[in-house]
Amino acid sequence: MKIAQKTIKFLLIAAITFFSTVGFASESDKKHDDQNDGGRVNTKEEVEAYILHHIKDSHDFSFWSYTSDEGERKHVGFPLPVIIWSSEGLVTFMSSEFHHNDDGHVIVEKNGLKFAKIHSKIYELEKGATTVSFDETHHATNAHKLLDFSITKSVVGILLIGFLLLFWFSRLAKQYKTKQVPTGFARVLEPLVLYVRDEIARPNIGEKHYRRFTGYLLTVFFFIWVLNLSGLTPLGFNVTGQLAVTGCLAIFTLVIYTVSGNKDYWMHMIWMPGVPVLIRPVLAIIELAGALIIKPFSLLVRLFANISAGHIVVMSLIAIMFTLKESLGVVGATGLSLVLSFFITLIEVLVAFLQAYIFTMLSALFIGMAVADHSEAH
Amino acid sequence: METLLNDFSPGLFVVSTILLLALIALMVKFAWKPILNSLEERESGIENALAAAENARKEMQNLQADNAKLVKEARAERDAMMKDARDVRDNMIAEAKEDAKEVTTKLIENAQASIQQEKQAALAEIKKNVAELSIGIAESVIKKELSNKNDQLELVEGLLKDVTLN
Repeated sequence: MKIAQKTIKFLLIAAITFFSTVGFASESDKKHDDQNDGGRVNTKEEVEAYILHHIKDSHDFSFWSYTSDEGERKHVGFPLPVIIWSSEGLVTFMSSEFHHNDDGHVIVEKNGLKFAKIHSKIYELEKGATTVSFDETHHATNAHKLLDFSITKSVVGILLIGFLLLFWFSRLAKQYKTKQVPTGFARVLEPLVLYVRDEIARPNIGEKHYRRFTGYLLTVFFFIWVLNLSGLTPLGFNVTGQLAVTGCLAIFTLVIYTVSGNKDYWMHMIWMPGVPVLIRPVLAIIELAGALIIKPFSLLVRLFANISAGHIVVMSLIAIMFTLKESLGVVGATGLSLVLSFFITLIEVLVAFLQAYIFTMLSALFIGMAVADHSEAH
Repeated sequence: METLLNDFSPGLFVVSTILLLALIALMVKFAWKPILNSLEERESGIENALAAAENARKEMQNLQADNAKLVKEARAERDAMMKDARDVRDNMIAEAKEDAKEVTTKLIENAQASIQQEKQAALAEIKKNVAELSIGIAESVIKKELSNKNDQLELVEGLLKDVTLN
């Protein structure tokens, strides 16, 4: 009965997704499209802009776009809700109202306020302004940024992967009620759980304390890994390449090891025993900076940089197809691009795991230092 | 750095913090706790089973050793019993032989004694008979002598002839 319900739910979601995709695709935005070349990405500058646009968060979920025979630019995907905290309070509308415009030319009016989207960021126009004006460095002069709680593509990614993880692992958990050894996909998940517990949590935190933190480490590990992998699919998520997300994860780790640090840990941090008293304050500053700033910063930057760089490299190699067309010929450029991007993607699959492993490993290590009984923790 | 800061979206930070906190809480409650508990249960179960198997193996060995010991003891006991039985038998035979010898010698002695007695008795009777005969003869001789001297002599001669025949 339950399985039947689940299947129905799945079909429903799939159907909604499909129809909203179609609906969105049928919209044309000929009027507002200022790209007269049909959306081609040929020159180096265009490639760079495209890649930088891709690694940013997006307010639409678009799969691909094309130019129809009538010269209309069409986008296949679906719009996502925009939720912003403006000067007049909460404002919500669908991202389709921007008609895929990303340079501030389409103005959306809601509650008497005007909004424009510039480089994947939503700006609120000053009172009285009707269009966004830019200075010479392409900064908007009469609009300001907002707190943007939109369900962006990254949020969709987090939700999707979150539900997926919950679904997978709660099913694994249920299987143990009836049998000792799980079957099916759960059998693949079990050794991964054991791996995180036995190779990451247990050795780094220690036999006595690891139990308390294993839940967090497991969640973080699978969250990062699956999101990294989904970033390599044509869905094109770049969730773990968003500073906001990696920052959030890094701060969680910081909070956990700061809160659970024992007396020994703080003793070594603030008033290091065994060194001359005069040096102690200096060491305290270094230790505090290390624990409160450098450690989380290294966590957040490492993950962000690796994943963003991976996306940039893969896309750049794909772009070889266009940028080297003239010097290598169509076949040569396409072949080179395919071979290189294939191998880089393979490496990225490894990196996806590696970065999840490193993040979890370092988190476990930092927590382990904070809770160690006879600490050399510094 | 500026573009990095520009890319940082506080809104996304807030949203992802909320979502991640929810995800961690839900995963811990519905997935990790039951999974880790079950795994630990299973591991301790396996450990116990292995320990039990090891114990059983040791017990088996002990039992086997006991059995061997028992068999050995039983064999020794049987041997001892058989030896005892043999000794008893030998003793009995020896005793019986001795007894039999004693009895026969006694019987022989008795027989010899009675033979001796019979012989004595027979001799005595013979002596007695001889004496009686002699007396009878003497009587008859005396009687005849008293009547006729010749006859008497003849008689004595005749009697004496008879006596030698006897």
